[in-house]
Amino acid sequence: MTIYAKLGYTLLGLLIVLNWGFLMGATFRKIGARVAGRYGIPFYQPWLNLLKNISTRTTITHGVMYYIGPVFRLTGGIGLFLFMPMVFTGTVDGPWTNFSFEGDLILILYFQVFGMLGMALGAGQGGHPYSAMGIARGLAQHAAVELPLTLAFISIAIQFDTFSVYKIVAAQQGGIENWVLFTNPFAAATIILAMLGAMGHSPFNLVKAPNEILIGPATEFEGTYLGFMQSAGSILHVMEAVLFMNLVFGGASNWIELIVKTFLIYFWSVFVGMVFPRFKIEQSVTWFFKVPLLLGFLAIIIYSF
Amino acid sequence: MSEKDMNDKVNEMLQRSEANVKKAEKSFIHPEDEEREVVAPDGSIIKVNPIYDYFSGEKPKEEKPCSGIIEKFLNWARAESIWVLGFGTGCGSIEIPPLVTPRFDMFRFGVQMRPTPRQSNAFIISGYLSVKTLKRVIRTYEQMPSPKYILALGSCTINGGMYYDSYSTINRLDKYIPVDVYIAGCMPRPEALLAGFTKLKELIKEGKGEKANEYARNFDEYKANQKKIIKDWNMPDYNW
Amino acid sequence: MKDLIEKLTEDFKISDVVYQRPDLAFVTVPKGVAISLVTELRDFEGFSHFVMMSCVDWIEEGKFQLLYLLHNPKTKTDVGVKTFIDRENAEMASAHHLWKQVWTYQRELKEAFGIDFPGSPRVDENFVVEGWTEMPHMRRDFNTKEYSQNTYFPRPGRETNDPAEYMRKKLYPNEPITAKKQDNDK
Repeated sequence: MTIYAKLGYTLLGLLIVLNWGFLMGATFRKIGARVAGRYGIPFYQPWLNLLKNISTRTTITHGVMYYIGPVFRLTGGIGLFLFMPMVFTGTVDGPWTNFSFEGDLILILYFQVFGMLGMALGAGQGGHPYSAMGIARGLAQHAAVELPLTLAFISIAIQFDTFSVYKIVAAQQGGIENWVLFTNPFAAATIILAMLGAMGHSPFNLVKAPNEILIGPATEFEGTYLGFMQSAGSILHVMEAVLFMNLVFGGASNWIELIVKTFLIYFWSVFVGMVFPRFKIEQSVTWFFKVPLLLGFLAIIIYSF
Repeated sequence: MSEKDMNDKVNEMLQRSEANVKKAEKSFIHPEDEEREVVAPDGSIIKVNPIYDYFSGEKPKEEKPCSGIIEKFLNWARAESIWVLGFGTGCGSIEIPPLVTPRFDMFRFGVQMRPTPRQSNAFIISGYLSVKTLKRVIRTYEQMPSPKYILALGSCTINGGMYYDSYSTINRLDKYIPVDVYIAGCMPRPEALLAGFTKLKELIKEGKGEKANEYARNFDEYKANQKKIIKDWNMPDYNW
Repeated sequence: MKDLIEKLTEDFKISDVVYQRPDLAFVTVPKGVAISLVTELRDFEGFSHFVMMSCVDWIEEGKFQLLYLLHNPKTKTDVGVKTFIDRENAEMASAHHLWKQVWTYQRELKEAFGIDFPGSPRVDENFVVEGWTEMPHMRRDFNTKEYSQNTYFPRPGRETNDPAEYMRKKLYPNEPITAKKQDNDK
């Protein structure tokens, strides 16, 4: 496969992921509305919001870092996408594997934090007096989520003796009994629980919740920057779901399977969020340091011997 | 610079700032916001004017709409995605919470609430406006990104309503900020508010939602009206 | 209640006593002893709760009437201490040392009526209206309607109707006015 064909497939994949992210976001709002007994937003609302945000005529600036914040966040989402094999086609050189390579699991771990750090830099220059507090809370919760998640990743890496997401997917092919969900249940349980925090829905959405110290780090962002951040958020949501699908639920062999699986993974966190009210930061941090962390340690210990 | 010179200079500064404090008691501007000179840690003297150092103070400019079909398309997007600022200025703000409940559900019309002026493009002036609130309303309105729309709720914003003879509430909102849609009533019910949103959508789709440009065009007139009643004008003239 | 007020009458020159209810009485004292009476009631008679403080503008007599309302939580009784002060250069001894919430009441009275309370903390700051430059707005000689019409751009064409008359005309135009209704109107 030539590099140009590869680039073309990657760009096409990014477009699909972006739109699927928007649709998932709209469905999430719709489900929330139906739970509350409302009709809810139309399913095409996120595209309209993006258009409207791009078409604002005046914008303010607080300096260079203020611009770079949303760009970092978008870079985090796209970076996550670039090194993630989307669809398993039997060869790493195939059309939808993007630029997956040996050791991309480590890179993906970095990219997960990248967006958050970009937001921290941008919001720090945003001039909003409480943004530092919002960022501190966000990073605290993010660290608490990352710890069990990383333990589970390492456990899976030890299990398959590789840091390549593609090889982990390849090792799970050939039937549902080969999925990590059944071959390494402790790591799978850790990921399923820690995923709730990574997706950032209720009960772990205090960081980005409107009206909690206003809107938190994003208060000052408007117009195109806000559109950037919303697109990045959609891409990140899909990519987190694809990551967990690849690691635990056996990957996908075509786009239909990918869409069904990511939908189920995403809506596991959405339905939990519909049922449980919002946690305070200290509550969510201690929650992640109890059961998920313990399961993560168990997963590591079992595969270390 | 010797230590004695430095001390002399600091004393001089202190005396000057005390004089400023005395002056500020009459001029409504907080002594911390007065234009003054301060001594930096390295001994140099810096002129500061906090009100204009922190805000742009630049006058708003008219923003030309795009041409033809592009503007129509963008206007359609703007009309279908109205983000309302959650700022209740008077008694009418109690009519807004029912709009997000199952009974009225404004989300199906693309109307959503935002907690910050930077991200919202519609502002509901809900009921009577005291001069004190008007000052905050102007600051908030000027922080919103253009194009922006104002819905004025209730008879108080139209002609003063039952507070027409009060010493502290304004009579006509459109003298101070441009209003897109008036919703009459005391108070209008949520249905009336939804009708107002529908009217606003029609206006935007017809390309008539250009009140932000009108504000920029008649900026001096609006500012003169605002300054006539806000006696303690201790903020920059334009503060986005 | 009666015993208490009779006991205090001589010391504090209490003049005009009104027994409103068994548990509520109002007394009027000269300006100079009002704060002493309030202190006495607070420290020795158990009226430890400061309910409120307000002012009435007696414009015809050229006086302001101040009222300190106190509550005794043990006996569940209230006493209102009234005193008259001059309207010109209105000034009253401050009671800010007795209760902290008196600060705010005195700040309000300073803004609304222009009564000065020397020594009361933050008494010169804005309370409700900001940047007010006219005469204090709760004084009765302040014409609020005229001020509003001169300042706030009244919209022309405003009509005022009597609601009962207007509804009768609008809803029941053909119904004759009966004798009973005429009585009601009177």
